[in-house]
Amino acid sequence: MSSTADVPADVPVEEFAARARAWLAENMPPADPTAGHFFFTDTSSRSDDHDLVRIDTCRRLQRLLHDGGFAGICVAPEYGGQGLTPAHQAAFNRELRGFDHPIEIQASTFIPCMAVLLEFGTEEQKLRHIPPMLKGEAIWAQLLSEPSGGSDAAGALTTATRDGDQWILNGSKIWTTGAWYSDWAMCLARTNWEVEKHRGLTVFALPLRTPGLEIHRIELLNGSVEFCQEFLTDVVVDDRDRIGDVDGGWTVMTRWLHHERTISGGSPYVTSTGRSHNAPNDGPRLAAVARELGTVDDPRALEIIGEARALTLVSDALVSSVTRKMQTGELPFHAAAMSRLFSGTSQVRKAALALELTGADGVMWEPGDDQRAGVGQSWLVRQAACIGGGTTEMARNVIAERLLGMPREARRDDGAFRDVPKGPR
Amino acid sequence: MFAQSEDQQVFESTSARFVESQYPAERVRALARAEAVFEAPLWREAAALGWTTLLVPESAGGGSLSGNGLADLLIVASLFGRHAAPGPLFGTNLVARALGTWGSADQQAGPLAEILAGDAVAAWGHRSACTATRSSTGVVVSGRVRSVESAADARYVLVSVDEPEGRSHVLVPLAAPGVALTPLKGVDQTRRFWDVTLDGVTLPGAAWVGAMGAAAEHDDELLDVASVLALGEMAGALHRAFAMTLDWVANRYSFGRPLNSYQEIKHRMADLRTQVEAAEAVAARAASLVGSGSGSGSGSGSGRALASAGMAHVGRHGPEAIQDCIQLHGGIGVTNDCDLHLFLRRTVLDANLYGSPAEFARRLGRLVVAQGVAG
Ligand SMILES: Cc1cc2nc3c(=O)[nH]c(=O)nc-3n(C[C@H](O)[C@H](O)[C@H](O)COP(=O)(O)OP(=O)(O)OC[C@H]3O[C@@H](n4cnc5c(N)ncnc54)[C@H](O)[C@@H]3O)c2cc1C
Repeated sequence: MSSTADVPADVPVEEFAARARAWLAENMPPADPTAGHFFFTDTSSRSDDHDLVRIDTCRRLQRLLHDGGFAGICVAPEYGGQGLTPAHQAAFNRELRGFDHPIEIQASTFIPCMAVLLEFGTEEQKLRHIPPMLKGEAIWAQLLSEPSGGSDAAGALTTATRDGDQWILNGSKIWTTGAWYSDWAMCLARTNWEVEKHRGLTVFALPLRTPGLEIHRIELLNGSVEFCQEFLTDVVVDDRDRIGDVDGGWTVMTRWLHHERTISGGSPYVTSTGRSHNAPNDGPRLAAVARELGTVDDPRALEIIGEARALTLVSDALVSSVTRKMQTGELPFHAAAMSRLFSGTSQVRKAALALELTGADGVMWEPGDDQRAGVGQSWLVRQAACIGGGTTEMARNVIAERLLGMPREARRDDGAFRDVPKGPR
Repeated sequence: MFAQSEDQQVFESTSARFVESQYPAERVRALARAEAVFEAPLWREAAALGWTTLLVPESAGGGSLSGNGLADLLIVASLFGRHAAPGPLFGTNLVARALGTWGSADQQAGPLAEILAGDAVAAWGHRSACTATRSSTGVVVSGRVRSVESAADARYVLVSVDEPEGRSHVLVPLAAPGVALTPLKGVDQTRRFWDVTLDGVTLPGAAWVGAMGAAAEHDDELLDVASVLALGEMAGALHRAFAMTLDWVANRYSFGRPLNSYQEIKHRMADLRTQVEAAEAVAARAASLVGSGSGSGSGSGSGRALASAGMAHVGRHGPEAIQDCIQLHGGIGVTNDCDLHLFLRRTVLDANLYGSPAEFARRLGRLVVAQGVAG
């Protein structure tokens, strides 16, 4: 195995891409063209064992990238990265097409968790946490949403109380993707109830297998059980695992939420082709379904396949244009909300198109017919694309208020958080 | 909006000055009611700005600014959209592209040179149902070409005809005996169209453009180019309609509050803003790929896929977005006094002139299916 771990920081992108091409061909297994995505397309027939095998594969692939010198391309070498530029990561992502890669652990491990650590972590925290992420040894989850509400992240009720050099956490987090197989988490907690809500929050890192932390699984409409709820009862966290200032958590959150929005594209920390030929409900997948049903030459079928493909291509063009404009300063970073909004609504539309294509064959299927099951199951759970990672309504708020400068919504939560009206829990 | 390089920025600002001074909204409104919209001296000035040469190779007398003439021309198309400007921009450039790429030396020295100089205007007869028979002196063409832009002002129309060797292109002088024009009315009052009938029009053998039997393939290429121009105009028109609406909702009050303080209105503006960004993004990418002749198939590197995706998406959502701008204006929005209709008219024309959004979706769908499982 050839190693490129000692590439100098000024290696030209073209040369780096050529090296990546050769290395990938020699070391990386090809992508399985039939493999589905984790949440939206898979059927309930999948078992935990199946998922754990895949997670182990992700860890192994991440290790392979690391040893080959291709993990953390935009991360400084002292933290185990390559110290190169977003252009190098983009080039690598292009070369990656057709190869298997640890797609399922990009969110939440690298964005937002690693990205947030890079911006707010102490030197000690970065040295301790980032190398294991890049080696596939530590998978991270985000403990943000709570049963009382996810959109209003600053309304977190989970409380951290100081006790000397330690913090004691109590409360509950929910909708945590993959917490059951993850190792560490980034957690938002309230450290001061007496001030305005944004000013009493603090971010912590904590191991997910720790006394007082219970993880329950939640089943989604498509049978997926990736999601978890956590109950924290007197969970002890060292002060050295606090990220950012005490009560300065909202400063961290602003960037956390930004990095989370870049999951639709444009992050320098994500190793992914950005598009999968086999993406759920995209044109090629729908063409395969139509072939199976014998309707592929139908004008209406062609129209549906084309509309789905158009949504993907327009979404790709939008995301890369917005990303470029954010890099040049032509647009503020809040513009990422447009990418989030468009990819959410277009995925929902594609799920509807798929069902229109199949009709009766998408609402029932023979056991084991994953193609058709995927249509029905992904339709059932389709709104997840407009909810996860912050809802499309919140994205619209950001676009209107931050990008277009329209008036902010009236608030009733600007006094001490203790006195803010809250719904019945 | 689409200018990247310094050259393109200079070109954009000189072109913008020209469009703004010649076509302020009052003038566009006046032209909407005028008998004729075309002004030959003005078009010659436009040609002097470089509007006719960009899609033609240097060897044929043309030249681009950036190496990708379509990306350059997209700048002008978007200015046309922003001002709902009239003028034979599309047809003239499409025929110039055809003659510059496939034309004979004589055609390049003759008609193409006239077009490049701004002396002649041309039209692409994309809805042609014509047949040709060979005669001893050349070829005799009969049939009907629908929706020919600027036909009364144009000197040439490029027409595809069925003949024994397949479907081939001929360049028909509109002054030739046997050519008759029927004026059409339409939604866009400043882009004018005619149905053209050809009744035994006799042309010399030198009138063929490109290889015999190649017209279907060439029309497909021209459709990609036309799509990019239509996308540029739609993006420009959307940009203006959105800007007008953003301003309107900030300054109009109801129940003691500006409209833009209502979340319903904010969310619709957010959706509109995102559609404007999507239209610009897909137009720019399609221009970059079609203009450099890149790629094939249905992938994100294929010009034809991006042009079709753009027309399927923006063609459907662009006119809807402007209708929503009208809705947000209330009653004034459906009157002629509010400029929004100028952009609505232009967008809905561009969204349908070369095929409906559904037809472009099917065009893309066929590319996906043809690519098979491996694509
Ligand atoms: C696929 C997926 C993955 C996820 N992964 C994680 C994860 O790893 N970690 C994590 O912490 N969370 C995760 N979540 C949770 C997700 O972030 C929340 O579900 C989301 O932020 C919405 O919060 P909520 O469910 O509490 O809904 P609520 O906040 O209660 O919202 C309910 C509805 O009201 C709307 N709404 C709320 N406030 C406003 C407002 N001010 N203006 C207009 N409309 C409003 C919302 O848009 C929504 O439609 C995930 C969710 C999904 C579906």
